[in-house]
Amino acid sequence: MAFLLQVQDLSKAFPGVQALDRVRLDIEPGKVHAVIGENGAGKSTLMNVLIGLHQPDDGELRFKGRTITVQNPHEALKLGISMIHQELMPLQDMTVAENIFLGREPASRWMGWLDRTAMRRDAGELLRKLDVPLSPQRRMRGLSLAEMQTVEIAKALAYQADLIIMDEPTSAISDREVERLFSAIRDLKKQGVAVVYISHKLDEIFEICDTVTVLRDGQYIGTYDIGELNIDRMISLMVGRELKETFPTGDSRRDDVVLSVSGLTRTGKFKDVSFEARRGEILGIAGLMGAGRTEVLSAIYGLEPFDAGEISVHGNPVRINHPSEAIRNGLAMVTEDRKEYGLVLNMAVKHNVTLTILRKICRAGFIDRAEEDRTADRSIRDLSIKISNRNQTAASLSGGNQQKIVLAKALLTEPEVLLLDEPTRGIDISAKAEVYKLISQLAEAGKAVVLVSSELQELLSLSDRILVMREGEITAEFEGRKATQEEIMKVAVPVAV
Amino acid sequence: MKSSEPQSSFSIRQYGLIIALVVIYAVLAFARPHFMSMNYMLTLLRQISINGILAVGVTYVLLTGGVDLSIGSLVALSGVMAAHFAHPGEYWLIASIFMGIITGMACGTVNGWVVTKGKVAPFIATLGMMTAARGIAFIASGGRPVSRLSTGFTHIGSGGFLGIPIPVWILAVVALVSWVFLNRTRLGRYVYATGGNERAALASGINVHRIKIMAYVICGALAGLAGVVQAARSTTGQPNTGMMYELDAIAAAVIGGTSLAGGVGGVGGTILGALLMGLIGSGLDLLNVSSYYQMVVKGMIIVGAVWLDNRGKC
Repeated sequence: MAFLLQVQDLSKAFPGVQALDRVRLDIEPGKVHAVIGENGAGKSTLMNVLIGLHQPDDGELRFKGRTITVQNPHEALKLGISMIHQELMPLQDMTVAENIFLGREPASRWMGWLDRTAMRRDAGELLRKLDVPLSPQRRMRGLSLAEMQTVEIAKALAYQADLIIMDEPTSAISDREVERLFSAIRDLKKQGVAVVYISHKLDEIFEICDTVTVLRDGQYIGTYDIGELNIDRMISLMVGRELKETFPTGDSRRDDVVLSVSGLTRTGKFKDVSFEARRGEILGIAGLMGAGRTEVLSAIYGLEPFDAGEISVHGNPVRINHPSEAIRNGLAMVTEDRKEYGLVLNMAVKHNVTLTILRKICRAGFIDRAEEDRTADRSIRDLSIKISNRNQTAASLSGGNQQKIVLAKALLTEPEVLLLDEPTRGIDISAKAEVYKLISQLAEAGKAVVLVSSELQELLSLSDRILVMREGEITAEFEGRKATQEEIMKVAVPVAV
Repeated sequence: MKSSEPQSSFSIRQYGLIIALVVIYAVLAFARPHFMSMNYMLTLLRQISINGILAVGVTYVLLTGGVDLSIGSLVALSGVMAAHFAHPGEYWLIASIFMGIITGMACGTVNGWVVTKGKVAPFIATLGMMTAARGIAFIASGGRPVSRLSTGFTHIGSGGFLGIPIPVWILAVVALVSWVFLNRTRLGRYVYATGGNERAALASGINVHRIKIMAYVICGALAGLAGVVQAARSTTGQPNTGMMYELDAIAAAVIGGTSLAGGVGGVGGTILGALLMGLIGSGLDLLNVSSYYQMVVKGMIIVGAVWLDNRGKC
């Protein structure tokens, strides 16, 4: 069997992470090939290399027997590789036909006059081939997500794509629409088009895919026929790494309840979330991306709204509509995206550190600059942040040191509850170890820590208890050091009905 | 002041501006020796004082990541309002000054409110205010200049203190107070944080809406003050004055290194920018370059300054 696409020994590193390490992927025409792995396993990076958004450091891509390099998504399209992203980005005010032919509209040679009739006709033909009852003249704005997806598929076909990559195509559509998507995929197979299918929903993979490639921590684990696998085996292939010796051990005491959340609900994001966090406890929250974990933390901290439910600190109900109120009530949050929510990048390190507690080092509204320097120096020393000068900008630091500054900001408010959202994302292994140590120390010092992480290892080793969220709801609770990755994954992975 | 504090001190950009100022001044002084006189320098400073006050005001708004296009119209409106209270023997002098500033502040409050609570883009919100405030200026004056002003009032524009024109004193105080406010106070730091990364500022517990409204209020108040100075200098409250002043003010701030994206820049650079624009303008005047050519030169300077600065960063 000739392969349509062969990826050999592909490697790609980002500062601090080896995102892909000699990965391979062999795709046959007319087959649906699943690529699975935990968050951060390297799936997105691999796809981004295939469509030219990233350039690989090493390795070879062979497409239809020829070695290729893909400089950008446009080149990928011309070669016949098309990707349907998880977040669709249609031009909302254009019609279906215009979206399908975007960038390559049929036009007269002279003056580039648009041939609207041809466009409508061809778009209609493509949609019919996909068996979609959709008028080419409708505007995108009025369409459902599933309909937009089929427009994307039609667009890929219009480019005569031989390989279509679908990234989590069912994450936001209903079960009936999933069925329609699957029938479109089966049509594609018949036409000899290969599909790379990325999904966290393992039962879907059994339904639609022929072959499965597993990645873990940027490494190639193996390629299997779907018949060789069952769900348990898949999960153990995805998570089955050895325990790394970077985690501190030591049980923290459980004490009185500091934070309690009951019935917290935000329509469409999370539902009836209730939990308690105690003094000196690390409470882990596991779940896949999009399970609503970040939204819950943000709602507690006042960054995002919620529709119903109650938050209490030390048994007293509190109203938190703004982070400043959360800080006043003894909550602090380290946000998931430090560049977006954590740091003012072009500000000096010391100014970033003291931003949360400026009030405390002010006299009559004037900043006590000597005190500011002392405070910043103390934080920099306590968290061993490596900088040459407290006046350098936050942008000039490595990810690990930036993350420590975000932590320092949170700690300076002397919180009783720390909400940590992916505190080790994108930082290198030694910085991770330091952050782990710090989290344990904070718990020992009596803080309640709520830790959201997509790295199960991290959660299992640090947490006293672990809650698992799936599609906005808490589905299970485990004793921290007794749970296994397999058990957690089973309740975290969505089950399509 | 340490050079490593990026927001408060002299950046390479500002050294560049100072060098440019010195070089241009030297060339002009060589061509026309009377440029060296104290007299000329004071004239130059008085010429830039109104643009300087407006530019300092708009710097606050630019630092938060916004923009204020209404300040030119506010100069006219507050000038008219101040003039109504400046007829001889009617009110105290302070009442007319107060009236001008309050008018500007009120409009600034509306701007800030519409931008934060109404989530209207600053460009649009202040464009609306620019048009509306101009209209109110005409309504409030019946379309005619408000004249017959007390000598006390006109003295603000033409008088001096210790040999230095009063508008220059006003600009100096405004610039100094603003510098201290932006670089030494908590609220000033919040202005930079809000413009530098609004979401991070929010997550740090800063009430970013309040900070933005404050910036528009200060900007409006300074536009009101500039309106008072303008009315005093021209001895009438003119409803049609101040056209395009907002663009000169924004240009001065931007030449001085304040970023339209927010979070970067400051009052020091803005004053240098206003000085550079004024010096080139009056230099070209004295060299008898026609005002048509001057506009072309000014346009090239605005773009050139930012272009050079961006190249320096890459």
